[in-house]
Amino acid sequence: MNPYIANTDEEVKLMLEAVGVKSIDGLFADIKPHHRPKSFNIPQGKSEFEVLEYINHLAKKNADDLTLFIGGGYYDHYTPAAISALISRGEFYTAYTPYQPECSQGTLQALYEYQSCICALTEMEVSNASLYDGGTALYEAMMMALRVTGRNKVIVDGGVSPIYRKIIKTYTSNLNIEFKETPVVHGQSDRSEITKLLDDKTAAVILQNPNFFGAIDDHSDIAQKAHTCGALVIESVYPVSLGILKTPGEMGVDIVTGEGQSLGLSLNFGGPYLGFMATRREFVRKMPGRIVGQTVDSKGRRCFVNTLQAREQHIRREKAMSNICTNVALCATQSLMFMSLLGKQGLKELAQLNLDKAEFARQVIGKIKGVEVKKSSPTFNEFCVFLPQDASKVVAAMIKKGFAAGFPLGRYYPGMENYLLVAVTEKRTKEEIEKFAQNLKDVLWN
Amino acid sequence: MEVMKHYFYTKEHEWINIDGETAYVGITEYAQSALGDITFVELPKVDSEVEQFERLAAVESVKAASDIFSPMSGKVIEVNTALDSKPELINKSCFENGWIAKIELADEEEKSNLMTAAEYEKFLEGLEE
Amino acid sequence: MELIFEKSVTGHRGFRVSNSDVGVQAHLPAQYLRVKDSQLPEVTELDCVRHFTLLSQLNFSVDTQFYPLGSCTMKYNPKFTEKAASLSGFANLHPLLPQLKGGELFTQGALEVLYEMDILLSEITGMDDFTMQPLAGAHGELTGVMLMAAYHRAKGNKKKYIIIPDSAHGTNPASAAIAGYEIISIPSDKNGLMDIVKLKEKLNADVAGVMLTCPDTLGIFNPDIDKITKMVHDVDGLVYYDGANLNPILGRCRPGDVGFDIMHINLHKTFSTPHGGGGPGSGPVGVKKKISAFLPISRVVKRDDGAFALDYDFPDSIGYIASFYGNFGLILRAFAYILMLGKEGLLETANHAVLNANYIRSKLKQYYHLPFDRICMHECVFSALRQAEKGVHAIDIAKFLIDKGIHPPTVYFPLIVKEAVMIEPTETESKKTMDHFIATMIEAAQLVEKDPDMFHSLPLTTPVSRPDEVKAAKDIDCNFFFKGRPGQ
Repeated sequence: MNPYIANTDEEVKLMLEAVGVKSIDGLFADIKPHHRPKSFNIPQGKSEFEVLEYINHLAKKNADDLTLFIGGGYYDHYTPAAISALISRGEFYTAYTPYQPECSQGTLQALYEYQSCICALTEMEVSNASLYDGGTALYEAMMMALRVTGRNKVIVDGGVSPIYRKIIKTYTSNLNIEFKETPVVHGQSDRSEITKLLDDKTAAVILQNPNFFGAIDDHSDIAQKAHTCGALVIESVYPVSLGILKTPGEMGVDIVTGEGQSLGLSLNFGGPYLGFMATRREFVRKMPGRIVGQTVDSKGRRCFVNTLQAREQHIRREKAMSNICTNVALCATQSLMFMSLLGKQGLKELAQLNLDKAEFARQVIGKIKGVEVKKSSPTFNEFCVFLPQDASKVVAAMIKKGFAAGFPLGRYYPGMENYLLVAVTEKRTKEEIEKFAQNLKDVLWN
Repeated sequence: MEVMKHYFYTKEHEWINIDGETAYVGITEYAQSALGDITFVELPKVDSEVEQFERLAAVESVKAASDIFSPMSGKVIEVNTALDSKPELINKSCFENGWIAKIELADEEEKSNLMTAAEYEKFLEGLEE
Repeated sequence: MELIFEKSVTGHRGFRVSNSDVGVQAHLPAQYLRVKDSQLPEVTELDCVRHFTLLSQLNFSVDTQFYPLGSCTMKYNPKFTEKAASLSGFANLHPLLPQLKGGELFTQGALEVLYEMDILLSEITGMDDFTMQPLAGAHGELTGVMLMAAYHRAKGNKKKYIIIPDSAHGTNPASAAIAGYEIISIPSDKNGLMDIVKLKEKLNADVAGVMLTCPDTLGIFNPDIDKITKMVHDVDGLVYYDGANLNPILGRCRPGDVGFDIMHINLHKTFSTPHGGGGPGSGPVGVKKKISAFLPISRVVKRDDGAFALDYDFPDSIGYIASFYGNFGLILRAFAYILMLGKEGLLETANHAVLNANYIRSKLKQYYHLPFDRICMHECVFSALRQAEKGVHAIDIAKFLIDKGIHPPTVYFPLIVKEAVMIEPTETESKKTMDHFIATMIEAAQLVEKDPDMFHSLPLTTPVSRPDEVKAAKDIDCNFFFKGRPGQ
C-alpha cells in the first residue's frame, strides 16, 4: 500500500462530487481497454520495517570493511560529521530547482558560494553550478571548446582517465571531430608529440593533473604553445590535491573540470557524484549548465538568481549550450560545506597529509622484493607499482585478505598487466599501510 | 507599433536603412518588445562578409535569445560598440541609436526581397490576429 | 544573509585533519606547487553550522511547504529511503570494486539492487531491458536518442529528423540536437493533443523517430497514442517516451504496451527520490528487445551460479554514458520505495495523483481560464489570461502565493499556453492542504478584480523580493572573488 496518501474514503467521495465523476476509474476514460497493461506483476508492498530488513540484508552482502588502497579518480576520504547533519536538512534536499528566487535563496546563495569556492580552489574566474560528474563535465568542456573556437580537432593526453575517454568516445561517435591521442612519457605529458599536433585546426588539448597514473605535471608550457595556435587547454583536476598543487589558473588553462567526489561525498558505488567546471570570464556565455549570479532586489537588497538562462535548454531548446536541466545542486552544496569546514588551512593540511602518507607507502612498498615503485615523475596520493606478477591476480588474492590493493592498469591499458595503481588517503593509518605491505609481500612470495 | 517609413524589413523583424552604397541594420520595435530587456548583444566582426538572410548577430534578454539575420548581403564596416556596455539602447531606440551594424552593400537589387514599411505594417497586423 | 566569505576571520579553523602518524614529510619541487593559498573560507565549525542551518531556512521545500510544481512531481520523499541509502554497506562501496578480478563477489548486494531494479522497472513500464546509467532525465533523453541513432545505423537507415511536439519540454529538442538530428516541431491541435494530421504530413522515411510524453505536458492522455506509435513504426521510425509524466499511469498503462520503443524514467519524480535543490537526479532508460544490443555497458547479469556480475561483452553497445552504473544512491532509494508501495501502492499513486489534480481543476475553473476544459491527468494547466487583462500576470500570481507560504506552480510552461500556470499536487497531498491552496488562489483572483496594482510589489514577507534579473545578466557576478567585465 501507499502510506503517503492522505485521502480517506469520505474525502474521495467529496472530491469526486466536486469533479462530477462517479468513480476514480471515470477519470481514466481516455485510457481504453486496449491500452491497459499486458501484465503488472509487481510484488505486494511491504512495511517500512520489512523493506529495511531486506535492504540491510543486501547491504551486508557488500564488503564495506575492506581497507581501500584503490582510487582511479574516486577516493576514500573522511566526511566530517557536520556535513552529514547539515545536508540532511529537509529544506536543502527536498527543495527543487530555484525557479522562484524569493523562496530559494538558501539553495541559490549556497550555489553562488560553491561557484566562488571552486574558483578559489582552481584560480579560475567563473564556475557553473555543477554538471553530473567529472566524466560528463570533461565532455561538456570539449564541446564548449569546439563552440568557442569553431574548430574540430582535439588532442587528448594519454594520461587522461580512460573511463572519461570512453565517455567522450561514446558521445562523439556521430560527430565530425578529429581526435589525436598523445602518449605519456615517464609518467608525464609528451610535449614533443603535442607540439607536433598543435595547429590552427586544433580546438583543444585535453590534459589531466594529477593524471590517471598519479603523476603530477606543470602544464604551463603546453598552455602557452596551445594559445599561440589559438587552441584552448582543458584540464581535469583532483580538487583535494589543489590544497598544495599548482592550480590550472596559474598554468594558463582555459577550462577546468573535475570530479568533486573527494570534496565530502561518499563513494556510493558510483554516484551521485559532482562534476565541476570553471573557465575564463570571457567564455561565460558559452559555458553549459546553470549559473547563479548576484544581483539586487526591488529594495536594493543583495540576492541571488539563476542567470544567463538564455544559454539553457528551457529557452534555447535545440540551440542550447547543453541539454542539462537537473544537475547535482545537493552534491555541490555538500562540497561547499566540505570546503568551508576544512577551509583555507584545512584543505592545505589535508593535501599534505595525503602526500605524506602516500610517500610513506611508496617507501614501505618499495622495500618489497621484486616490486618497483615508479619514480620517474612526482606523484600526489596515487602512484604506479610494477609487480613481478599479473596485478589483477595479486589484487584477487589481496582482496581475500581484506585489502582493495589498487587498480590493475591492464584493465584499460593492454601491455600494463603487471602494473598496479595504488592510492593512499589520510584515512590510511601507519599500521594499515605496513600491514598492506606485509600482505602484499606474502601474496607475492609465499 | 512604430515603423520607419523609408526603411526595409524582413519577416524576422530586422530593418535596414539604405543610404547609397552602405546601410545600417537593426531590429524592430516588435522584436525588442518581444525580447524584453536586452542584456547582451553579440556583435559581428568588422570586415566579415554576410549573405542576405544569413546570421549576422545575436541578441539576448533574460527570457530569450535570438539570432539576427542580415536583411541584405555585404561587408560589415562598422559595429555599434556602444551596445557592449549599453545593450538597452536597442530597447530605448531600436531604429536609431540601437543600430547593430553598418554594412557595405553587395547588391542593391536584393531589397526587392524585403518588405516596405507599408508591407511590414500589414504583416504586423496579420501577426496580431 | 552574509556570505560565508564575509564571515571568515583570519586564523579561524573548522574541521581538523588528524596528525600524521607516518613520520614522513614529503616535499614536491616548487614548480609543481601553488604559489598562493586558496581563498577558501576561514570559519569555525560552529559558524559553519549556523551559516548552513540559517541558509536552509531561506528555502521553501516539500518538507515545509505545498510545492505543486507542474511537471516536477514534487511528492513527499519518504525518510526511510534515506536510512537505506546511508547504510555503510552501500555508502562506502568503491565503484571500481566489481571491476577487479573476483571483486564482484564483494559487491553482490549492490549488483543485486541494480539487477532487480532492471526487472521491476521493465515490468512497470512494459519495456524489456533497462540501463540505470543515465544521471538525470535529460541525460536519459540523450542516451535514448543515441540508442535510436545506433539502431538506425545498424540497419543502414539514413535518417535526419526527429519529430517533437511544440508542447515538449526543452530538454527534448536540446537532446535530439546534441545527438546530431534536426528537429521538426508539430503543433498541438485545439484539444491540446499532438496534431495527428500534421504529424502524418511530416512522417516520412527521413524521420528517425518521434519524442513524446503521455500524458502530454498539458496533462492530457492521448487516446490515439497507439495509432501514433504505429504510424511512426510504419516509416521504420522509433518512438521515445519522456517519462516525466509517468506518475498518473502507473498500473493503468505501460508505455511498452502502446508502442513506445525507448523511454526514460525520472527517479526523482515518479519514484520519489529527493530533488535536492536541483539534483542529483537519475534517468534510467528502458528499451524494447530490438534495441537492447545497443544499451550502454556495463550491464549487470546473473550467472548460472546465481552470482551477479558486470558484463562488458556487448559489441554493439554505444559505450559508456557515465563513469559507472548510474546514480546508485538514488537507484537504491527508488528501489526501497517501489518495494514498500508494491503493486497496490503504485496503483493508488496514479489514482490519487489524478484525483487530486482534477479536484483542484474543478474548484478553480470559474476563476482562472482553463484552455482545455476537460478531465486532466496528474497536472492541470490554467492560463492567467483573464488576470493579465487587468495587468496581473502568471508571475504575479506566483509571487502572491509565495507570500502565503505556498510554493508557486510552474509558470510559463508549456510554451504553447499563454500565461501558463501548471499545477501538479501529487498523490501525497491531503484535501486539507489542497483546500487551503484553492482558497488562496481564489483570494488572488478576487484581489485581481479589486486591486490589481498591489500584485506588482509582491512578495512582501520574504527576505528578498523581485530580484533584478536584467542586472544579473548584464553585470555578471557569479564569483565572489572576481568582479568585472572581461578585459578589466
